Parts: sequence; C-alpha cells; structure tokens
Amino acid sequence: MVELMRASGVKKRYGGVTALHGVDFAVEVGRVSVLIGENGAGKSTLMRILAGIETPSEGEVHVDGHPVRLNGARDAAARGIGMVHQELNLCPNLSVAENIFLLGSRKGLLDRSGEREKARALLARLRQNIDPDRRVATLSIGEQQIVEIAKALAEECRVLILDEPTSALSEAEVEVLFEVIGDLKRSGVGIVYISHRLEELLRVGDSITVMRDGRIVARSEAADASVGWIIEQMLGEKGRLKRANDLAPEEGETVLAISGVSRPRDRTSAALHDISMEARAGDIVALYGLLGSGRTELMEVAFGARAASDGTITLKGEDITRLSIAQRVERGLLFVSEDRKAQGLFANLDVGRNMAVSDLASFAQKGVIRAASEQGAVGRMIARLGVKTASARTAITALSGGNQQKALIGRALMPGPAALLLDEPTRGIDVGARSEVFATIRQLAADGLAVVFSTSDVLEALAVAERIIVIAKGRITLDIPVAQATEARLIRAANAAAAA
Amino acid sequence: MTEGKILTMNGAGQAVSSDYAMTLLLKFRTVLALVLVVAIFAVLAPNFLTVANALIMLKHIAIVAILAIGMSFVILTGGIDLSVGSIAGLAGMVAGALIINGLPLTALGVVVYPSVPVVVGLVLLVGIGIGLFNGLLINRFQVAPFIATLGTLYMARGAAMLMSNGETFPNLIGNPALGNEGFSRIGAGLLLGIPAPVWLLAVIAAGAAFVAGSTTFGRRVYAVGGSERAALLSGVRVDRVKYAVYAISGAMAALVGVLIASDLVAAHPASGESFELNGIAAVVLGGASLTGGRGTIVGTLIGACVIGVLGDGMVMVGISEFWQMVIKGGVIVTAVVLDRLQERLG
Repeated sequence: MVELMRASGVKKRYGGVTALHGVDFAVEVGRVSVLIGENGAGKSTLMRILAGIETPSEGEVHVDGHPVRLNGARDAAARGIGMVHQELNLCPNLSVAENIFLLGSRKGLLDRSGEREKARALLARLRQNIDPDRRVATLSIGEQQIVEIAKALAEECRVLILDEPTSALSEAEVEVLFEVIGDLKRSGVGIVYISHRLEELLRVGDSITVMRDGRIVARSEAADASVGWIIEQMLGEKGRLKRANDLAPEEGETVLAISGVSRPRDRTSAALHDISMEARAGDIVALYGLLGSGRTELMEVAFGARAASDGTITLKGEDITRLSIAQRVERGLLFVSEDRKAQGLFANLDVGRNMAVSDLASFAQKGVIRAASEQGAVGRMIARLGVKTASARTAITALSGGNQQKALIGRALMPGPAALLLDEPTRGIDVGARSEVFATIRQLAADGLAVVFSTSDVLEALAVAERIIVIAKGRITLDIPVAQATEARLIRAANAAAAA
Repeated sequence: MTEGKILTMNGAGQAVSSDYAMTLLLKFRTVLALVLVVAIFAVLAPNFLTVANALIMLKHIAIVAILAIGMSFVILTGGIDLSVGSIAGLAGMVAGALIINGLPLTALGVVVYPSVPVVVGLVLLVGIGIGLFNGLLINRFQVAPFIATLGTLYMARGAAMLMSNGETFPNLIGNPALGNEGFSRIGAGLLLGIPAPVWLLAVIAAGAAFVAGSTTFGRRVYAVGGSERAALLSGVRVDRVKYAVYAISGAMAALVGVLIASDLVAAHPASGESFELNGIAAVVLGGASLTGGRGTIVGTLIGACVIGVLGDGMVMVGISEFWQMVIKGGVIVTAVVLDRLQERLG
C-alpha cells in the first residue's frame, strides 16, 4: 500500500482544551479510510488539519513521505489535497463551472469556454449530466455535493476528504456517490470518509478508524469489522450517562399530537413522510436520529417554523396546524433551537432580558415593562433551573454553553408552557453540563410538562427518555418505551433504509 | 447567461413553466425604464431630443456612472461605500490646492507646482488611500462597511472643509509660468465634439466590464459576494479582494471630484454631497443585489442613465425640486420591488 499522506503524533489545543491527543492517521492510494466517532471525538479537527485549514499544535503532517506545513486550503490544494465540507460551501450566485474554477483556471484572464469544457468533463467523470452553466442556487443538495467533489477533483486532487457527504443525499444520490468513490479509488485517489451511518461505512470503507475523546481508540480492516464492533468502540466505557429512576413520572393525558405529517425535501432541509407521534403530560420523548434524518424539521413543523404539506398538529386537543408561531406560544407550545447562537441567544442582551422576552406581556402594563415584576420572575426562574450566573444583569455571552442552554430553557418556561420541544439541547456543551440539562428536563416532566428532545447520541436517549422515537430519512422507524430499547436496536433503526 | 426555458420549482417539487413574457419583461426592466423615461420627456420637453441636450445629459450621466461603477465592485462583494461623495469633494479640493498653492515641500523649503497629469495622479492616490483605509477598517477591525464608510464620509468632508476653511478655490486655470495650466480640459474639454468625461466613462465602463466579467479578480469579487465562507475555503484571499474594491471605489470617486472641479474651473468643499446615494441608486436600478454577488457593469451603466435622464428631464419640464425627489424615490423603490419579484420567479 502506498501512503499518500500521514498525520503523525498530531496534537491540537484550543486555549486550555485539547481536541486531539497525539493522533496517527494515514491516507493510502486507492483506499477509503473511514473515520468515525461521536460528536466532539475530534474527527473534524483532524480533517481540518489534513486539509490545511488548521495547523497542529504538535506533531507533523507528511505528504508523500515529507513533512510539510500546510498554510490554508489553497496550499493544501496545490499539494493535491481536497476537502468537501459537511455544510456545502458553494457560491449560489455563480454557475457550476464558475464554482468549480472559483480561483480561475489560469492567472489574470478567465478562460470561460475552457473552464466550461473542463467542468463538463469532470462532471462526466462523476457520471453526472449537470449543465456547467446552471446557477448553483438551482441545483439540488445532491447535485451541489457532486459539484463540490468536482471542484476538489479540478485541483488534480490525490487525497479527497469527505465530511458526512451523505447527510443530505437521497437514496439514489448516495448510490451515485458510491459509484463515484469507486471510480476515484480505481484511479488511485486516497479518500478519507466521515459519516455516522454505520452500514454505509462498512460498505464504502476499506479501513475503519474509531476516534473517541481526541484519541484513536481502534482500527480495523472494514472486512473484519461489524456494526456491533464499531458501536462498542465508539462508546467505550466512560462518559455513559447513568439513568436516574428517582423521578419516574406518571403518564398523563396527551398534550401534543402530530399525525400524518409530511413535507417534501427542499434545498436545505430533509423530507418528512407521514409522521405521527404524541407526547403526554409528564412524558419525556427522545427523538433519536442522525444528522439529516428530519428530526429538526419535525420539531420545526410542530412549532410552525416550517410548513408541512400534509398532516395535523394538535395541542391539548385543539388543532393548531394553521396557527402562527406566536399563537402556538400563547397556547403553551415552546421550542428551543439547536442553533443557540443564530436562533436562540440575543448576544446583545443580559441573562434576564434573554429569559424574559418570551413573556413580556405578563410583566407589562399598557406596554410599559414593570422592572420589579420582570426581575422577580427572572430571579425565580434562574433559581428554579440553577442557572449559574453572577446576576440577571450579566451578559448572556459570559455564561458557559450549558448555562446558556438553561437560560434558553428558562425562556421557554416563562410563559408556563404545556409542551416543550428541545432540539439537540446538549449540542456544544460539555459532559458535566449535559447531565445538569437532563436533570432539568426530568424535573420539568415531573412537574407535568410534555417534553420532546432530539439527540444524535443514543446514550442520551436511553438515559433520559421515557419513550424513544427513532427517525431515519424522514420516517419513524421505531417508537418504543425505554424499557424495551437497547443501544444496538436504536442504532440499527437510525441506520435503517426507508423501511416501513 | 443563457436561458432557454425558464423553470421554477414549486413547493411540491414539480417543475412549472412560468410566464415567459413576464420574466423577460422583468429581466429587461431597466432598459424598459430608460426607454420609458426618454419617451416621456421627449414628449413633454420639446428640445429634449436634441444633440446639444443629449451631450449635456451624457456629461451628467458620466459623473453618476463613473461613481456607480466603482460602487458596483463594492456592492458586488456585499459591501457599501458611503464615503464616495465626500471623497469626490476632497479630491476636488486637493486638486484646487495643488494648482493654486502648489505642493510645499517643507523639508527642502520649496513649493513645487505639479503639472496637471501629476495633479490628477496625486488626487487619485488620495482616493485610493481613503479606499484602502475603508478596507483596513472593514478587514482588520471588522467594522461593518456601512459604519466604516459613514465614518470616512464625515472625515473626508471635514478634511475638504479644513483645506480652505470652507472657501472655494476659484479660477483653476493654472499659470503658464508654472507649467500647470490646462486643468479645465479634463471636465470641460471636447474630443470630436463629445465631452471628455463621456470618453472617460466609455473607457472606464469598458475596462470595468472586462475586469468584472473576464478576469480572475472579477470572479473573486462575485465569489466573495455570493458566499464569503465558500470563497475563503476555496483559497480566495477575501481581505485582498475587499481592499481592492474599496480602493477602486475611492479612485473612481476621486476622479469624479476632479471632473467636477475641472468643469467648473473651481473647487468647492461641499461638492459631491449626497452623490453616494445617486451611485447606490444607479447600481440598484441596474439590477444588483445589495447583499452581494449579483449585478453587472452594463446594468449599472443603464441605471446611471435612468438616474441622469430622470434628473435632467424633470428639470427641463419644470417639475418642482420637491416633486423631483418624490419621483426619484418612487422609481428606486419600484425597481427594488420588481427585483424581489424577479428573484422569486427565479
């Protein structure tokens, strides 16, 4: 096996946090090296180092056996290393050919007809019949993914890094991608492939490398690996959430019911197919699914932030399908987004104002906010959730991720909701804060709320939920009480092809 | 842009053929607007369609268009440059000061009177310098373009006032003994019967259209405006692109300042006031998106024609100054509404 590229003894620290503790990883000619691990295991950091976007704090990167220092994406590209990022990075205003040759195929003057021809040839190599003159904004996500790959190949790339390339693809598009990967392998390209979809990994990979907590914990030839083995290596022993049985709440009446909800896939979001589920008072429902499975879309549809083409949503027996978000909030349905920064926090406001915003009307008299009433309510909520903040006047940005999340949950609780939708409430917060957030969730359910939270971590689902609903490719593939759930069963359901 | 059949996607994911004529109409709306405006004034003002009037209008259009072409590059990256009117004012004053007072080299104890081409060169450098300063604020200190250039708007205008205590530099004809005469030919001169600024515009517009459409720099400008992050990850040096576009905009603004001062044979520190608004209006009328990544130099040129013809035509017809503002605003708002409509139709 000929080695194209190697990371050797690579460490990466961000301030006081160590993301990689001395990792060795090789990319070989004509082989697909799969990298897998839970969120935060260090896969992305390692890839960004291989792609030249970040430099290691310690250790070396070798290309063709020689140590190199990669200065940025362009430098890496010049050495034949290309990366397709998880979130697509194309200019929607430009054509396919213009995106592929964003830097121009030669210096100074553009060679439009030459670029168009080369683009057509590259796309043909990828077995695609996409018109090079089409504007990228008009392409489907799958087609955009292909264009990204073509862009990497245009640089004569020998190492291609694919970060979760299938998360937004349809079944048919995944097949095309796999054929393309096969072609590339045969032409000698070394591929680094990252995904959470286990069966897919075993199919496409030649070697499997498992990462956990910034270390490589296991390696195997794909032929010798199994889904069970991967799961075992990924999870390890530590970091397991202990299940708390102290607050097993009683099941109450149905609060939130979703029935027959469907929506088509569009450029930026997944489809939903005939989804029905419900959450009772005192219930904690985990919505477990992989990235791009439709879990966020389902929550947004329930909350009214996204339109459904079909289906009804009822809250405490009332049909709320046609109501606006504000009307749903008034009736007691609240939502906390997974994207804290962009869709949650008001970075410009303090903790108290961040929390009070959802219930201003009850603090105000004729439109004037009564400070005492607002501060009283905010203070009680901070105490109730145990938000660690110097005071309600502290800037929200000064809080840790976990406490920001608690403050946002507090915001959702201010109007006294009946049902709470939490989209990946533990995204971007550390392990300790994670169990605190879950303690809060359990307390809320014990207080009689219906809580639905989404997660891509099977252990979270098992440790916290009363019921677990698995969503895969926009369909519910499993809906069981926690007592009947096992890790393997959930992971299999999340990886299930469009069954049922 | 080659579009045979125009397709849009509806919610259910089916391809629907939208009204071809409507889309075509929207696409060429700026040209239509120009034809309409010309036709209306041709009817209302008897001597509107004369060669003499056309030449006067073209000269006015050149002022708006040169400014707007510089602004186009900035807007294509998703930025904005509010400082151009003030740069024009300051540029005129610097030119005036160099011709009247010369360049005092205190270290040598002499005063140098540069020739007119050197004066123009120095003034353009002033414009480029202010543009690079805008770029510095935006790149290095992450100041929003709107605020950064609002700041330089005030600074440059203040500097223009300070140069002469708010007074005008009159009579910029130069002195044969000093070898610096001929300044007025830039703005008021004629070549083959056509005003010099119009020739200048023709050269600049052709150059800018070429740069925007056929060079790697142009491609990068569109890329930055389309997705700054994608550009960055593709290896585009985004900060350099931004320095360059603000420098171009500053240079074009300085040139406009020279043209005005030269035409009037006098430099007034308040000249160029609110020109930035005309420039932005021309770019937007030309079909550019203020969020960046979409627009053309030809579009900007047509937009500038609409603004110029509208302004002159309304004066000729005798519409009150106040109504002129209302009508101009209405035209701009209509253009943007139509633009959103086109966006939605794909």
